[in-house]
Amino acid sequence: MNNTNDNYTRKVMIKSIVIMAVLVLITIIVLAPIYILFVNATRDPQAITNHPLSFIPGTSFIRNIKETINLNKIGKISYSAWIGYRNSFFITVSATALCIFFSALTAYGLVIYDFKLSTPAYTFILAVMMVPVQVTSVGFVQFMGKLKLTDTYWPLIVPAIAAPAIVFYMRQYMKANFPTEIVEAARIDGSGELSTFVRIAIPMLKPAVGVQAIFVFIANWNNFYTPSMILISREFKQYTMPMMVESILSNDKLSDQGVRYCAIVLSILPIIVIYCFLSRLIVDNVAEGGVKE
Amino acid sequence: MKSSAQNRIRSISYAKYGYYFILPFFIVYLIFQLVPLINTFRLSVYGNGNLAQDYVGLKNFAVLLFGGANRTESALHRDVFNDLFNTLILWFGNFIPQLGLSLLLAVWFTDINLKIKGKTFFKVVMYLPNIVTAASVAALFLMLFSKTKYGPINSYLIDHGFIDESSPIDFVRAKWQSRGVIMFAQTWMWFGNTMIMLMSAIMGISKSLFEAADIDGANSRQVFTKITLPLLRPMVIYTLVTSMIGGLQMWDLPYLYKEGTAWNKNTETIAVFIYNKFHIIPQNYGYSAAASVILFVITSILGCVCFAMNVDKDDKKKKALAKEQKKLAKLQSKSSFGGF
Repeated sequence: MNNTNDNYTRKVMIKSIVIMAVLVLITIIVLAPIYILFVNATRDPQAITNHPLSFIPGTSFIRNIKETINLNKIGKISYSAWIGYRNSFFITVSATALCIFFSALTAYGLVIYDFKLSTPAYTFILAVMMVPVQVTSVGFVQFMGKLKLTDTYWPLIVPAIAAPAIVFYMRQYMKANFPTEIVEAARIDGSGELSTFVRIAIPMLKPAVGVQAIFVFIANWNNFYTPSMILISREFKQYTMPMMVESILSNDKLSDQGVRYCAIVLSILPIIVIYCFLSRLIVDNVAEGGVKE
Repeated sequence: MKSSAQNRIRSISYAKYGYYFILPFFIVYLIFQLVPLINTFRLSVYGNGNLAQDYVGLKNFAVLLFGGANRTESALHRDVFNDLFNTLILWFGNFIPQLGLSLLLAVWFTDINLKIKGKTFFKVVMYLPNIVTAASVAALFLMLFSKTKYGPINSYLIDHGFIDESSPIDFVRAKWQSRGVIMFAQTWMWFGNTMIMLMSAIMGISKSLFEAADIDGANSRQVFTKITLPLLRPMVIYTLVTSMIGGLQMWDLPYLYKEGTAWNKNTETIAVFIYNKFHIIPQNYGYSAAASVILFVITSILGCVCFAMNVDKDDKKKKALAKEQKKLAKLQSKSSFGGF
């Protein structure tokens, strides 16, 4: 008896060790590209040319950053980290705010009020959840062109109001966690319907709102397709951060490898910072709420 | 006893607020998504533009699907099929390793017998690539896999004597090398996400099933094939569908992973075709829209097929059984009535 038990424990132990080794290997493969990116962003361009692959950080990070930020001043290269950050932050923050507020509002309307079209409206939202963006993009851009909205940020920000997947998630959350009696109590106290939503519902929905805000922010920051479709004239002043990366990428006059790596680092830095602080929260909510846009 | 205020509130109908609250969503959806979708279908039967004289009927589809009379038209036809084929190849090449890897990891992480330390750490690390901007991933891989001997990967291979210095591997333009890099990047980005989805599905399976299997002496392979996998099927199908919809639209990586401005026909996907026909001169909205409609139809068909597959055979049997029982019950009640 003792013997078989021992045998069993040993088997489990061996298995655990093998699994651990595989997990460590996968971790290394996953982190290597990002690590190399950050290491090369800190190295002297000459050093990168001599030894393109290195795992030891260099000391030229400040120099690379300075060169990257001052790029558009020295040549015809259309890259500016400031313009990219300004535009990307503006679009991302406004789109996220609108998306979260109106998704919560829509979900609230569906859950709290008892009206005839409530069920059909919800069914519709479920049905359109999976229609991919690329399929409608041609009609979208052409239509926006007719409305004279191409080369503006409106088509990048306003559509965020209608995000079926976020509404779906908010509705699920509200159904499970929101006591509807509280709305009636607020009515007795003389609160208006919209102010009940803003002052009572939103604070109570904070966990859902917070998690969704993170996912929507990341999705919008990473969006490269819609901006490159809508900003037809390619006005440099309107570039978002991913477009700045594209511009660096397609420029073969830029030989400074340190600057190239640095530009990529700058484009993903906000996302990485967010992830450093909120990774637990993000990973725990991927399965329930991490709906891709 | 209800207060008068409560009674007053009960008597007011609040239904109209429901309409007010969901109205913004539907207005914006109408303008920015529904009209564009219809507009795409409309544009697909026009030439380059949408004037009445540009109406061409189904000619765009005919050209894209069956080729045309002149050289440009048959070139277009070839391009579309080349791009569709590339899309499928790239999707298969990333989905199969991705699903295999994430299934394996999900089973390991949820196994109650194995005590894996630092699960959260591994989950956090493996999900990381998914949040990194796809455009930046393309840029990064383009630099890492640069085709000259100054590319980090090539220089590593040269330094360790795997390849000769004079012939670095062309990861950017060569057919299978470039496809391989994109497949790898795509797998790298998405396996963490799939793994977490599968993990939550496995944890949803009742623990008593695993315990019972353990007591009956099932080994881990039996547990996997007889319990985990069958019960995981809906989730795997869901992952399959979402990944497929995403994969058919794959754009960022294939669009950016190229040498300067030279197009790589081996990695051009259908989404790149749609984008280029729309933006690059000579542009043609008609072909672009027609390709979008073709993509839409393919996506819908594949989605339906997957969901049809998902209807469980046992489920069907159960339903049939329930029907039979109902019938029997009806008959019985009838006969009992008759007896009465």
